[in-house]
Parts: sequence; structure tokens; C-alpha cells
Amino acid sequence: MNRHLISAGDLTKDDALLILDTAEELARVTERSIKKLPTLRGRTVVNLFFEDSTRTRISFEAAAKRLSADVINFSAKGSSVSKGESLKDTALTLEAMGADAVVIRHSASGAPHRLANWVRGSVVNAGDGTHEHPTQALLDAFSMRRRLGGLEGRKVTIVGDVLHSRVARSNVLLLNTLGAEVTLVAPPTLLPVSVGTWPCEVSYDLDAVLPKSDVVMMLRVQKERMNAAYFPSEREYSRRYGLDRDRFAKMPDEAIVMHPGPMNRGMEIAAEVADSARSTIVEQVANGVTIRMAVLYLLLGGESA
Amino acid sequence: MSDSRAVLEAPDVHRALTRIAHEILERTKGAGDVVLLGIPTRGATLARRLGDRIEQFEGVKIPVGSVDITMYRDDLRLKPARPLGRTELPSDGIDGKVVVLVDDVLYSGRTVRAALDALNDLGRPTAVQLATLVDRGHRELPIRADYVGKNLPTAKSEKVKVYLQEIDGRDAVLLMKEDAR
Repeated sequence: MNRHLISAGDLTKDDALLILDTAEELARVTERSIKKLPTLRGRTVVNLFFEDSTRTRISFEAAAKRLSADVINFSAKGSSVSKGESLKDTALTLEAMGADAVVIRHSASGAPHRLANWVRGSVVNAGDGTHEHPTQALLDAFSMRRRLGGLEGRKVTIVGDVLHSRVARSNVLLLNTLGAEVTLVAPPTLLPVSVGTWPCEVSYDLDAVLPKSDVVMMLRVQKERMNAAYFPSEREYSRRYGLDRDRFAKMPDEAIVMHPGPMNRGMEIAAEVADSARSTIVEQVANGVTIRMAVLYLLLGGESA
Repeated sequence: MSDSRAVLEAPDVHRALTRIAHEILERTKGAGDVVLLGIPTRGATLARRLGDRIEQFEGVKIPVGSVDITMYRDDLRLKPARPLGRTELPSDGIDGKVVVLVDDVLYSGRTVRAALDALNDLGRPTAVQLATLVDRGHRELPIRADYVGKNLPTAKSEKVKVYLQEIDGRDAVLLMKEDAR
């Protein structure tokens, strides 16, 4: 495996399966009364968050602590970044503090890649702009595998704001590596220009795709990134691309519903669908901690590079 | 390639396990509270075999599980991160039980130390005992086995390899001279 985890596309099939298998064993640890392992004792993990995030940061923090690593949380608000410090200077500061791994979330696509050239430790991308979010893709794949048994040949439909979604890109790359067939469904305005080069199908008609899907992943409509009119109204978006009760009924009986969170209930997903037994939304959160433990263990658990 | 010879053949392995099973029954007065925990990969297989034998002899079914020690090793930083083995505890857990750890080869004792640390996080057994198919000496920690299949004097440069039917397609213990690379 690489020293860094920047893109889901960097993972070979063997890498990805190793992470999923490791997570499968670690999931048992979260079921016992003492949930801590001594493995990363004496290692330091820095959570460097330039963008708001609750679940990802907490998830990484919990994962690092369960492996006994020391965790330093650094959020841009109220830090030297708000005084104008550059990413590079921040990185060098962390380096001087002896960070063995830096988990970075940044609004600029490519920031983790830059960071990886400046620090000696491992860099884990926790979401960069509209680019990638590899640990989310891994936890999604893990959740799918736990529910469906395997990913080979499974049909996964990803619906919604693909243009602004780092989750969609990472998922397409990883699921393709793992042998699943991905279909993206979105209004044409919310698909990136380059989508033709991605290893997936594209459709504009959700109702046609639903009956052949094993997994339907709804993406959040990212209002904070929408600086132009991508669709006429929220109501229209919801009508055409939202997963409501009627659409839910068109899915095969065994198919599952996923959402990376946070959800806009009533917008891209109806509340009763989100709360149904076939929704994995809550277990995705629990699986997030497990998969991040696996990633941190595999990056930091062995000899230092 | 390296020069190797079999120190135990399949019948020897079977006899050794049968004896260990009897010894466990004797020492624990019928194995009433015993839980067998194997250290993956081959220790877990041996634990299952011992469990089957004890059931044959006395008709008591004793809980068998496995405890993976990878995350507790003291040499993690010397090698790239390793894949994890399976930890599987019996449904009643190990609290108040006599845990018999089972491994294939006892050497430095570091694996057993790691297993003791792992047990500490899993519960509080009343006692912990150790069964091993081969004890090859060269201990680096104050650890000894309670049940030994075969004491095998070795040089540190030699390697001991255990083959088991379930994993390797045959039962044998091989002693390999230092590899003539």
C-alpha cells in the first residue's frame, strides 16, 4: 500500500480488499467492552480540518484513539490560519511537532496532494474540495459488502449532485476497482464535464435505473457550493431526483439505500426511506470508525517509512 | 533450497495432540471450566482439534475460540503492517474460565506475551494455561508451556514449520537448517 491515502484511485484491488478485510476484524473490537487496542501507542495523528465537518473529524478521532494514538485536533477557525498562515507553514509546524499522520480536510481540491510533499508522515485525505473523499468510499464499500456479501457485479446507482461531490468520484473509482457497476443519475447541470472519462454509466432517468439497482446511494444537494442556478427549484429537483416512497417501492426487495450524510430530509431523500430497515445510513457512521481504524493501522502500524 | 527434515510425521502429531487432550482433562479435572483459545492461524486449528478430542474422550463439549495477537505484537514497527487474524470468543466469554492458549510453536515467548495482553482486554479468566505442539526453546521472556507436544532442541538459525491437514494438506513438523542462500 502507498504511504498516503489521497485518492481512492490509488488503491489496487488487493489494497482495497486488505483494508476491507482488516476492517472486518476490527469491527469485532467495537463490539467488546474494552474497545481499545495498544497498536499505535506513541504515534501522533493530527486532524487538520480547514472545512467544517463533524462526523468525519469525530470518526477519525475515535478511530485514532481506539488504536491508542495521540490525537491533535486542529481546525482552521481560531487558529493561525485565520491570521493568514499558509498551508505549507502550517504543515511544517505540524511536522516539527512530530506528526506521524496528518488527516486533512480542505476546501481546495488537491490540498492533501500538496501536503504530502511537505511532510514526512502519512497524509490521509478526509475530503478535498470537489475532488475526493477516499475513506468515505471505503466505508461505503464496507457497508455494502456487509449487507450484500460481495461487490463483484453489483449494480450501484449514485444519485444527485455529482458535480460537487467528492464522495461520488471516490466511490466510482473504488467500486470500479472492486468490480461493481456504477451508474450515476443526475440532472445534466450537476454532472462534471469529464464524467465521460469516468469508469461508469450515466443516466438522467432515475425511474428507469431503480428497478435494476442493488444499491441506491443518494448524495446531498450541497447548497453551500451552489453559486449558480443548477436546477429550477428544490421542489422540482426533489420530484425528479428525490428518493420518495413511490420510488423506494420500485427498487428490488433486497436493495439497500445509502447516504453519506448529512441528509436533507424531504429533499433528496424522504424521511421514511431514510429510516427504513433497508437504509444503511446509521451503520455507515459506525462503519466509518472501523474503516478509519483499518486505514490508520495499515498506514501507521508497520515500520515507519 | 534449504535442507529440511520431518521431526514429527502425521501419526506423531496425532499422538501428541491426543496426549495433550488427556493432560488437559487430567490437570483441569474434566475440563469443566476450560475454554480453548488458539492463536491464528495454526494455533486456532490445533485448538479445534483438541476440542474435538476432548469431546470424544469425555463427551463434554468445551468452548473453542481464537485470539488474534497482531495488534498486540511488540515488533509491529519492524515490518510492514500485517493482515489481521480472527478473534472469536465463545458466546459465554472468558470471565471466570480456565483459558488454555494453543499455539503451534513456542519460541521466544513474545507471541504468548502478546496473547496475555490481548486476553487482558477481553476478560478476566481465573487461570491461563499454555499448550503448544512444539517447544523449540530459546525463550526471551519468563514464559513456559503447561502442555507440550514435543520438546525440540534447535539452533536459533534453524526454522520450525508446522503443517496441518486443514491448511496445508498434510500433518507434519519440519525442521529446516539455515537456508543456504
